[in-house]
Order: sequence, then structure tokens, then C-alpha cells
Amino acid sequence: MSDATGAEIVGRGNKEGARLFRSWFEELTQAAEQDRRAAYVFVMGSLTELLRTFDFPVVFPEINSLQTAVRRVAHEYLDEAEDYGYSPDICGYVKADVATQLRGGQLPMGRIPKPGIAVYTNACNTYIKWAEIWERMYGVPTFVLDVPGTRAAGRQTWPGDADFENDRRYVEAQIRELIPVCEKVSGVKFDIDRLRENMEHANAMGVGWKRVLELNQARPSLFNALSDGTIYLGVANGLRGSAAGANYFTELVKELEYKRERGIGTLTDEQYRLIFVGVPCYPIFRRFTELFTELGGTFVNSTYLWFASGGANAGFQYELEDPLESLATGLLISVRDAMDSMFFQTGILLEMIETYEADGIVYHPIKSCRTVSTGLADNRRALMVERDVPSLFIESDMMDRRVVSEAQLKNRVDAFFEGLAARKHQAAAGSS
Amino acid sequence: MMGPGVLTEWRDQPLDEVFWHCRELLEDDSYPTVKRWREGGGKVIGHFQVYFPEEIVHAGGLLPFKVRGAQVEPLQADSRFGSYLCSILKTSLELALSKRIELEMFVTHPICDAARNLAGVWGRNFSYPCQILYLPQNANSNHAAEYLRGEYARLKRAVEDVAGREIADQDLRRSLALFNRNRALLRELYAIKRDAPWLVSADEAYVLVAVGGLIPREEHNELLEAVIPLIRGREARRQDRVRVVFEGGFCEQPPLDLIRAIGRSCYVVDDDLLIGLRWILEDVPLDGDPLLNLARSYLESSSYSPVQHDLRKPKEKMLLKRIQDSAAQAAIVTAAKMCEPGLEEQVAYTRALDEASIPYFVSEFEENMTSFDHLEIQLETFIENLLFE
Repeated sequence: MSDATGAEIVGRGNKEGARLFRSWFEELTQAAEQDRRAAYVFVMGSLTELLRTFDFPVVFPEINSLQTAVRRVAHEYLDEAEDYGYSPDICGYVKADVATQLRGGQLPMGRIPKPGIAVYTNACNTYIKWAEIWERMYGVPTFVLDVPGTRAAGRQTWPGDADFENDRRYVEAQIRELIPVCEKVSGVKFDIDRLRENMEHANAMGVGWKRVLELNQARPSLFNALSDGTIYLGVANGLRGSAAGANYFTELVKELEYKRERGIGTLTDEQYRLIFVGVPCYPIFRRFTELFTELGGTFVNSTYLWFASGGANAGFQYELEDPLESLATGLLISVRDAMDSMFFQTGILLEMIETYEADGIVYHPIKSCRTVSTGLADNRRALMVERDVPSLFIESDMMDRRVVSEAQLKNRVDAFFEGLAARKHQAAAGSS
Repeated sequence: MMGPGVLTEWRDQPLDEVFWHCRELLEDDSYPTVKRWREGGGKVIGHFQVYFPEEIVHAGGLLPFKVRGAQVEPLQADSRFGSYLCSILKTSLELALSKRIELEMFVTHPICDAARNLAGVWGRNFSYPCQILYLPQNANSNHAAEYLRGEYARLKRAVEDVAGREIADQDLRRSLALFNRNRALLRELYAIKRDAPWLVSADEAYVLVAVGGLIPREEHNELLEAVIPLIRGREARRQDRVRVVFEGGFCEQPPLDLIRAIGRSCYVVDDDLLIGLRWILEDVPLDGDPLLNLARSYLESSSYSPVQHDLRKPKEKMLLKRIQDSAAQAAIVTAAKMCEPGLEEQVAYTRALDEASIPYFVSEFEENMTSFDHLEIQLETFIENLLFE
């Protein structure tokens, strides 16, 4: 591969990701203008493989909401929802969506169609409360796809185990119950071969996603899990089960392999390899990342890329012989993995520290999301007992700029890096 | 295990003394009844709010202890959590960390985003089994009961490991019968609240229900069987008070003093306080598979709360029904501070109440709050407005 081609390859994933995203939103805007009804789904267990077979435009309200924060208009949406009656102490994503619905679907990136159906797992309890709002606003069918998670740390069950099979039968029964609801709402008959096709795309994407994460074990790391990773994540969710999504990840793997072979890192001078735990600070997204990169730190992996991809990191591969059974098994294993990386993450982080040769961990609990944030302080305590690794614990929010203090964050981050530097010097002195 | 009992002070006492003993027990953060149970060689399984199939634990000869927070300072627990959380989570863990409560097993449920984290947090702090009981969130699936039956069977095995013995179907049936009796007695108590609220105040009824989570259910039944006739026989005059429904006490509990303050202003004719203890509305059938019967009852003949999604039970409609069934004139719609499901539901509740032209009072509380002056004045103003409308 020539260097000229290389110039085209490097950075392609980000550009192409942004293009796909814009195009997805253009389609949604068009669907809204035509008054087509969408399937509203969430990132942890979207089931888009199935929903695409009914030709639903697919809307991810979480992604829409975070976009309002990235584009620095979230406060307008939050204010509107709070005026409507929602408390300042509930999830900011929910409130931004309430305001979006009150505005007829209008968002900075375009307009989203109204829901025709909402399909969501219980990976986050707020999904359920959120969908109840659409149920009341629009009277549309809402379907909880209940996916039982791991019962206790390190106690996952697997196919063949009686407890796993009890869960799997439940998930499969729900999928079978969902199909006629989708047929009724969409007017499209279920086509199992279309499902197979979409599952094949999801398989390809799964292979790609897993490989992308693995490739960042390279030194220097090839992408920043916080900034670049979020672009990849958007595609992984929004285009799951589509040929374009599968193709994107095949090409992304090629780009990252190209970079790895040539030692092209995401930073010119990578000093510290960090792991991010929590949800990004979207109200100051770029600046938040810069607080770390300016001091030579890059995020080599994050639990966010695990749980917010619905556990795609587990790389589950569907068997297409019996698609519904395999869909249930895959959904169960993947969504459970997503939940594990929020609720039982100590072992996961210990392994990440080893495989990614991490120098430190940054915990970022947020006001808006108790699913992710509740256990982080205790997790940090437990991790410190297991392993001597520097960590930073900073609180802010993913939506609400009222609880984001950039100056305070910077002070904490600077102090953390001073500690990392001191540690590095001590290690160097000790080895000389 | 059963000797004279873990709570005996109330026996042969006049009614007011019985209430006093129950109140004392409820506010005693050294949990003397649980300690007495343990001193007798008994084991304890703690289960977090809201609903838990206590019958399974009882059938194993263990004490199911309702973990529902407390009015304690979370000195050790605070550092285990972030800033934006409800109090009950912290104080519940504090009870265990400070050894006020000692358990052989802890179970939480995916009732909310915060509570489902407790199995992880608890499990990192204690060596005994800590787990999540996955009550079905899709109550409308035809497969939900069968799934839940399997989940209860899994729980039963975990309980058997702690108990050190097998739990037979007959054991379960005995427990179901005992808990059926308990639920019937609680329904009777609530019928008095509804039909003759001047006979039992809001806080008196509350303490009678709440001690059920602290003592063996056999003793709770004895207590209720003794007290209910005394309440019925009370000489109390009906007063011209507004009848209200209190909503928002399904998980974190308001301080007893707050319930008392509310009871001073109005008749609380129905509520969702400790709804988990009253979740199942009818007797669980004793014939057939006990676990399946218990699972079906959870799904098919049960109350409602913001933490259960069931298309057959839209919460705002259920609240209106509760108001209608109890002939209430108004509602007090509360939520614990930082309680996401409760705060979200408030919006739906208040909009439905507006539409139905039912007056309501909206508030937030915290289990550890100690001053209610402001709230009491607001509530009294609300009630006065109703009386003079």
C-alpha cells in the first residue's frame, strides 16, 4: 500500500463515521417529513437486526440527546422539560427527549419521526420509565424486552446450564411475541430470511468491533477510546444489522491495522495509557478529552465502549440455522455483558489494565446516570485493594452544564497527571 | 427456633402501649428483634425493597429481613457511593457495614438503576452471597410466570445452601398459608383505615405494617390478630378531616414523624407505604406447584408501583383507582429525593390528577430529614384550602 493511499486511509473511520451519521439523520428527517413512524430503541439491546426487517426508521433517543449536549444546546431542552414538570434530578437524556417530542422531533441535526413502537431492554431501568412517557404521549405500543442479567459477580451462566436456559427461553418467547406486534404496527410481514441477512451483517460488525477494541492494545494506541471511540460507537449502534454498518467496521479494521503496522498513534507522543470508566462529559466533549491529551494521556479503552455498544465487545456470532433462538442467545449474552461492565466491572478492569498496559484509570460518574455511576466509588475502592494503579475520580454530567465545572475538572486532572509523572520517574529511578 | 418470640413486650398491653412498643422497635437502629433471632441460632436473609418472595426464605427456616434504609448517618457507606443518590441506598449499606444488621445473604432487585448496583457493591464488601433477583420486567409476556417460577427455583437453591437443608413443597405451602393470613390481616387493617380512619392514625397503621419486616411472620400475625379487634373497639369520634391518599412511599420510607405530621392534618385512607409487604392482593393458591403459584400471584393479582411496568396497570390510572376506591378527596404525591422512578412518576400522576380535577399536594422527602415545619405549614394550607373551598 503506497503512502498516498495511506494518507487517504488514516482518519477515514472518523470521516466516514460522520458521513454515515449525517446520512442517517437525513433519512430520519425525510421519514419525519413523510410522517412515517419509527421504532424507538436504545443502545443496550436495540434489536435493530429484527426491527430493520419491518422497514422501521430506527431512532436512538440517547444518541439524539447527547447530540444536543455536544452541540451545546442541551440546556435549552433540559429547561423545557423541567418547565413541563420533570425534576432536575432525573436523567438528562430523558428530559432532552421530552423537549424534543414537545418540539415535534426537532433536533440540531435534523428532525426525528414520531414513534410507532418502542422496543427496549431493561439494561437500564430508565429505558422503561422513558418509554412510558411515549406510551402516554402517543399511545403507541411499548415493548419491554426483559433480559435477565448476571445475578452475582463472576456467576455468569452459559448455554446448556439450566438457569441460562430459563433466561433464554424467556427472551426467545418475548422476541416471538414482539414479531406480530411489529407486523401490525409496520404492516410488513415478518421475513425470516431478511432477519438472517441482518444478523449476518451484525455478525460482521461484531467481528469488526471486537477487533477494533483489540487493536488498541497496540503501543502507541491507534485511537482515543473517548473521542474517536464515540464516533465508532455511533455507527455500531445506528447502523447495526445493515450492510453499511458491517462494511464500515471492515474498513475501520483495515485502517487501524494500517496504522499499527506503521506505528501511527492517536497522539504524537503517547505518555500515559488510560482507561475511562463511566459516560463522557458531553457538554464540554472536546475540551474534556483535551484535558487529558494535552498532557500526553490517551484513553486506550473504556467501559463505555463495552456497555454502550450493548455488549458488542463480546463479539457474539449468531448461528443462522435457527435465527430466533440464536437471536435470543446473542441478546442475552451481549446485553448481560453490557450490564456486567456497569455492575460487576472489577474483574473486567483488572484484565483491561493488563492487556492494554494501562497506566491509570479515570472514573467519571455523572449525575444523570445512576445505572453507570452508583457503584463506581466502591468499585474504585475494591480495585485499589486488588491492584496498585493510579486512579482519578471526577464527577460531572453527560448533559447538564450546571454540574460541569471545567476549571475544577482541570485542577483534578492536572494533579492526577502530576502523580502519574512522579510515579513514572520513581519507576525509572528504580530500574536504573 | 421458635421460642417465646423475638418481640414479646407488646403482649397483654393496652393498645396505646402496643403502638408505643412497635414504634420503639421501628426506630431502634440496633434491631433487637433480629439480634434475638440470631442469638437463638437463626439465620437472616436481607432483601432490599420493594417486593421479595419472603415465603421462600421463611420455608427454609430463615428470617427474611426487609432492608429499607434507616435514620442513620452513612458514615462508612458514604465513601462507597457517588453524590447524586437516594438516601436509602447509603443507609441500607451502612446498617451492614456498621454491623447493626448481620446477614447470611443479601438480595436486591432491578427496581431502579441505583438499586440494581447493590449486588455488586454489597458483594465487594461482604463475603456472604449477594445477588440480584430478576423479577420480570415484562409482566405482559405469556412466558413471564414460567420464567419467574424458574427464577424462584434458583433463589430457593441459594436459600437452601444458606439454610443447609432442602425446602420441600410442603414447607413452601405452609409458608404460603402463613403469609396469606398475614396479607389478609393487613388488608383488614387497611380496610379500617379506609372505612373508619378515625380509629387508627396514619403513623399507628404504619408501624403495625412496618414491624412485619423485622420479626417472624408468625409473630406479626399474632400481633395483628390481637391489635385489630382492639382498634375496632376503640372509642374515637369521627372528625371533619380531608381524606387523602399518600403516594410515593414504595421504596425509601418517609420518617415516622412526617407520617405522623400528615396524619395530624388529614385522614390517610390509603397509601403505597411499604407496598412490597402488601404487593399480593389475594391469597396465593395452595394447591399445585407452590413456586408457580407465587410467581403467578406476583404478576396477576398484585398492586402497582413506579418500579413495575405492566401495560395492564398504568400507574396514573391505578392512582386514580386507589383514590376512588378509598373515597379520598385529595392526594399527597411525594417522592424520595433523588429517586428517579418516583420523580418521573410524579409528572404522570399530577397530570392525571389535574385532568380528573382532584386536588393534590406535591412534595419530596428524605428518610433522614428531621424538620418538617415548612412542609407541615404547606400541607395545612393545602388542607385548609380544601376545607374552605
